[in-house]
Amino acid sequence: MTSPLTYLLAIPAAATLLLGLIAHYRIGALLNVLASGATLVAAVALLFADRVRTDIFIIDDFNIYLVILTAFVGFTTSIFSATYIGHELEIGKLTPVFLRFYHALYQAMMAAMNLALVSNNVGLLWVGVEVATLSTVMMVGIYRTPEAIEAAWKYFILGSVGIALAFFGTILIYLVAQPVIGEGLPAMAWDLLLRNGAAFDAKLLSLAFVFLLVGYGTKIGLAPFHAWLPDAHAEGPTPISAVLSGLLLNVALYALLRFKMLLAAHPDTLNVGAIMIALGLISLIFSGFMLYRRRDIKRLFAYSSIEHMGIMTFAFGMGGPLANFAGLLHMTLHSLIKSAIFFAVGHIAQVKGTQRISQIRGLSVTHPVLAVGLALGVIAIAGLPPFGMFLSEFMLVTSSFARQPLLALVLVAGLLIAFGALVLRMQDVLFGEPNGPAGGVKASYIPLFVHLALALMAGLWLPEPMVNWFRAVAAQLG
Amino acid sequence: MTSLQFDIAHLLAGGMLVLSLLLLYQDRILATLNVFALQAIVLSLAVAWQAYVQGAMHLMVTALIALVVKGFVIPAALNRIVYRLGIHREIEQVIGAGPTMLTGLGLIALSILLVMPVNVGVTALAREDLAFALAVILLGLLMMITRRNAVTQIVGFMSLENGLILAATGARGMPLVVEISVAFSILIAFSVFGIFVFRIRERFDTVDLAALDRFRSERSTLQ
Repeated sequence: MTSPLTYLLAIPAAATLLLGLIAHYRIGALLNVLASGATLVAAVALLFADRVRTDIFIIDDFNIYLVILTAFVGFTTSIFSATYIGHELEIGKLTPVFLRFYHALYQAMMAAMNLALVSNNVGLLWVGVEVATLSTVMMVGIYRTPEAIEAAWKYFILGSVGIALAFFGTILIYLVAQPVIGEGLPAMAWDLLLRNGAAFDAKLLSLAFVFLLVGYGTKIGLAPFHAWLPDAHAEGPTPISAVLSGLLLNVALYALLRFKMLLAAHPDTLNVGAIMIALGLISLIFSGFMLYRRRDIKRLFAYSSIEHMGIMTFAFGMGGPLANFAGLLHMTLHSLIKSAIFFAVGHIAQVKGTQRISQIRGLSVTHPVLAVGLALGVIAIAGLPPFGMFLSEFMLVTSSFARQPLLALVLVAGLLIAFGALVLRMQDVLFGEPNGPAGGVKASYIPLFVHLALALMAGLWLPEPMVNWFRAVAAQLG
Repeated sequence: MTSLQFDIAHLLAGGMLVLSLLLLYQDRILATLNVFALQAIVLSLAVAWQAYVQGAMHLMVTALIALVVKGFVIPAALNRIVYRLGIHREIEQVIGAGPTMLTGLGLIALSILLVMPVNVGVTALAREDLAFALAVILLGLLMMITRRNAVTQIVGFMSLENGLILAATGARGMPLVVEISVAFSILIAFSVFGIFVFRIRERFDTVDLAALDRFRSERSTLQ
């Protein structure tokens, strides 16, 4: 067994154990970067290897691009994390003992997300999401301030309830498949479920989906179940905010989409699209308004993540080749841009010594490079051209106007509300009366600008193979 | 399956549901822990019975885990924590017993209405076990919502998880049940550990009561 898949899972798992033993932070950080880089190589190698398909693992068009995206953002975040954590250590916010945990947990989370993405078994998918959640809970609480503990506890309780409900949904999926496929592992293999989907009991399948939607929806951060998300983003270390927003939310959405595909294969089930559209729009509008009242810069962008997960859920709920294409593109770009924003915000909060928006002012004078990075990130996340998100949002808006003009109006209203909030909040931060110390920033700009460059490239020119790829997956999503 | 086997499975699952209802209105923390331990023991019996009826001996591992970890170890650990926190006399309830019980009954009715009409290809036992399990899950959820204390919230979560294990073992031949029950035990161990590390260490590392009060007041403003 020397397929890249083995390495994809084994490298981060081995790194978890190894990093748990290494006390020195520089070596730990370096090893973290190396392990993430090696995982990225393994992920890219998947492109050239034979497609794997067993009852346990599957590699298909849908997950391969997410695996690569996850490994890529995991790698760049580990580079950002090395400088970020170095600073936290200097100011004494973290101790070396906790740092050991931090690096080990980072790799554990990467391993769990990879496991969730490549598993064909719906039970194993669930295990992956659970382990990834647990490791991020520990990292959110790592500063051990009362706020961080509160955030970790909230995240833990809501996340646990979410995964518990998702597990009940998984049991129901097995129950629905067992009479058709037979007992044992095949009845949990996703591709067999999809192939035999038409013979399943529609009622039970719909019931299963409701539990899965609420369960994984909690992890996606959809509006009525989102309460953990802003706290977890704001109180944990910023690299964790970046991977939470950029990767873990995607993985949860991916899990939900896998199940949506099962229901789409069956004619008599619940209209899943309508529910997803409703949840998506609620999240979008709700978080759009919430953006106006934020005082904490990381919380602001956490709400922006809820907004964008809402947009994606809406897109996949609409379905059809165009909306699905837009959703997939949006998923990719949101990962890149939001993590880039958190890279910038992390350094900004460190140089200014605060996360309060009112105390971060005049960045364009004090820290011009970070200001440019943040400004570009905000332009990109707001969906302005020439960045790629303009393309995905434009596609989504036009395709929904053609099919459901009323829903499209709500969508556009939500987008504009959120856009206004971001512009309003960012004015002072970027161009206000400068305050605080200038300069003195030890930042790693490379991850930030690489992400932004990729987002820009997606807006100007999407490579042909990538377009075909997304098109194929969009068709598969139904 | 004989009707006796069916009846015993029913009795055990029904017993778990009754204990879930009992959990809902316990206002003393220690009593809550005792009722939970009893529910875990009944769960282990129910799982062991399923293992015997289905001839799936690997489920005995799950039964054993439920018995040892959730029946004895975790309640004992929580007991210790409660004493060390000095909250063993505390009485806590967000909404009264009456409304909680009525809501609980409503949830049981809901789970029966949801699961009972589904019958294609699913055996009667699996279906009725599923209804019981869903009711236990929803009652656990209700308990988590109505409680404010971290310890009783965890008990609510564990009771919810008892329902999940019941559902998983009731699904004949479901793979990975043992592995997942182990994963859940780890999750629970983490949560107990979490209460301990996150909430208690902070309080016991310092003898400065003023610092503790500050911590408390900050917490209450955050909620």
